Amino acid sequence: MSATQQDVRFVQGNEACVRGALYAGLRFFAGYPITPSTEIAEHLAENLPKVGGTFVQMEDEIASMCAVCGASLAGSKSMTATSGPGFSLKQEAIGYAAMAEIPCVVVDVQRAGPSTGLATKVAQADVNQARWGTHGEHSIVTLTASTVQDMFAVTVEAFNIAEAYRTPVILLFDEVMGHMRERLVIPPAGELPVTERLRTAVKPGVNYHPYLPREDGRLPMSDYGDIHRYHVTGLYHDIWGFPTEQPEQVNKLVHHLVDKIEGRVHELARWKEFYLEDAENVLISYGSAARSARHLVETRRQKGHRVGLLELQTIWPFPKDLVREKTANAKNVFVVEMNMGQVMAQVKQAVDNPDHVYLVNRVDGTLVTPTDIGNVMRVIEGKGV
Amino acid sequence: MAFRDLIRERFFPHIWCPGCGHGTVLNSLLHVVDKMGLDPTSMCMVSGIGCSARISGYVNFHTMHTMHGRALPCATGIKLAKPQLNMIVPMGDGDAMAIGGNHFIHACRRNIDMTAIVLNNRIYGMTGGQYSPLSGRGVLATTAPYRSIDDDFDAVALAQGAGATFVARTTAFHVKELSKILTKAIQHKGFSVVEVMVQCPTYFGRKNKMGGAVQLLEYYRDNTAPLGSKKLEENQNLIPRGIFVERERPEYCEEYQNVIALAEGKE
Repeated sequence: MSATQQDVRFVQGNEACVRGALYAGLRFFAGYPITPSTEIAEHLAENLPKVGGTFVQMEDEIASMCAVCGASLAGSKSMTATSGPGFSLKQEAIGYAAMAEIPCVVVDVQRAGPSTGLATKVAQADVNQARWGTHGEHSIVTLTASTVQDMFAVTVEAFNIAEAYRTPVILLFDEVMGHMRERLVIPPAGELPVTERLRTAVKPGVNYHPYLPREDGRLPMSDYGDIHRYHVTGLYHDIWGFPTEQPEQVNKLVHHLVDKIEGRVHELARWKEFYLEDAENVLISYGSAARSARHLVETRRQKGHRVGLLELQTIWPFPKDLVREKTANAKNVFVVEMNMGQVMAQVKQAVDNPDHVYLVNRVDGTLVTPTDIGNVMRVIEGKGV
Repeated sequence: MAFRDLIRERFFPHIWCPGCGHGTVLNSLLHVVDKMGLDPTSMCMVSGIGCSARISGYVNFHTMHTMHGRALPCATGIKLAKPQLNMIVPMGDGDAMAIGGNHFIHACRRNIDMTAIVLNNRIYGMTGGQYSPLSGRGVLATTAPYRSIDDDFDAVALAQGAGATFVARTTAFHVKELSKILTKAIQHKGFSVVEVMVQCPTYFGRKNKMGGAVQLLEYYRDNTAPLGSKKLEENQNLIPRGIFVERERPEYCEEYQNVIALAEGKE
């Protein structure tokens, strides 16, 4: 391909995620087949070895997440992909990655649950599981996208955040986004920033403390196999990575795990906004539901209605101040999502007037439509059903 | 090489009970690594959860103390990312055969180059003496107060059936044999399984009125016999020790290099 020629493709969201991961430098993927995320594994089985990376299909979802933890500690940018039932199984090792501060990316292409639910149908009901799925106090980053192009971009972002802050990052896509085909323009290398892992500068023969933060709070890593030999554990640990039960050290680590994410809400917030300046009715949405919300906003604007959309790309840590600010002048706020109000609950906590926050949802395995949104808005606006 | 460079002295004394067999395995392993002249920076130990899993804290290798039963998949990720590492994966009987059973058989099947050591004390020690899949029928445990009605796995037969290319069994009593077997297991290219029968005087011995560490070690001396020995031939009730399987089969990381070559269009 010549330098002037653009790399343009017509691909599914799942493939865009794969392209984004490769752009970000993914070198290890472990997975297990599950609808509707399987295409991610299939594309990586084909494409990872082409760049000298490793694809492995493990015996189960648990093993894939464990292999990702191991490969990341050995120095490879690592990822796994799944859907609801597999996401439940991965929670154990996601907690391990949170505790041991292992950079990794976990894709959940959501389908309807609980349990096997609707294997091929869309839902967005894993929002709270992404945040609270693993046990114990911790924090986590979760990103979404509503276009195939954005799935590429947020996947690159996910790796950057994972590597910069040594944390698992959840990419919360959904069945519609994963399977929808759209135009994808792959930017030339170097156009989007790619964050490399911070590795220790401690010289051979000098003690390396894997969990001793630098002045800026960051923890430089050392790859397994390099000169420094150190311990990693899922137990509460000291600066050596060795288990400790000292209340002071335990307390310090809990706060560190939470603060390193929650203290960076502004830095981590990604969003898109449409016609918010004078909007009386503000829609808040994400993922495929945001496509319907966008459509409604565009058609109503043509009729002169003052309606706007705030599309959240970062769901966790929840950008509370952003939501409050963007809805400050709104008469009504409509949260459009395909669950029973998981993001709506966060929005209600964020805004000054929670009584004017309404849920527009669909939980039947089909995409929430612009008509669904319009119907709820008409009721709230007193224009009848 | 300084032997002391193989351990993390600052973390001693270890957490194991007096008379526990795990220390014997640690001792043997360190001597083997020392004797083989392996570079400690080439050594990676991955363990799960339980008494035996704590071994990883004491060796001065690259070490990962993971989740209950998950040592093998974590080790698989490391090995695939850094195939040059020598992987040692110590596991308890519950760790390897119950919660980690699925990972165990698939690691055998894949024939990925690592040495899995099953430290079989026939009990969950860390949680205080519950029966495990290797306890066997008739054993007393805190969760089997009327004696266990569960038959046990034969770890050697399981590994063999699942495709491991090196399978051996020994005990904490037979320390020279243990070192010999561990040496061969580490040298072997492929997935090696070494079952080491170790004593747990605190829970297994006490609960089953089998005495302390000395009596349990005597039990291993008197109730096992080398493969192919006359002693074993004469008494079928004895537990066989030795190397059961030692064969060659394509190793997983090497096979993946072929996949990379194919994908890159080099073949």
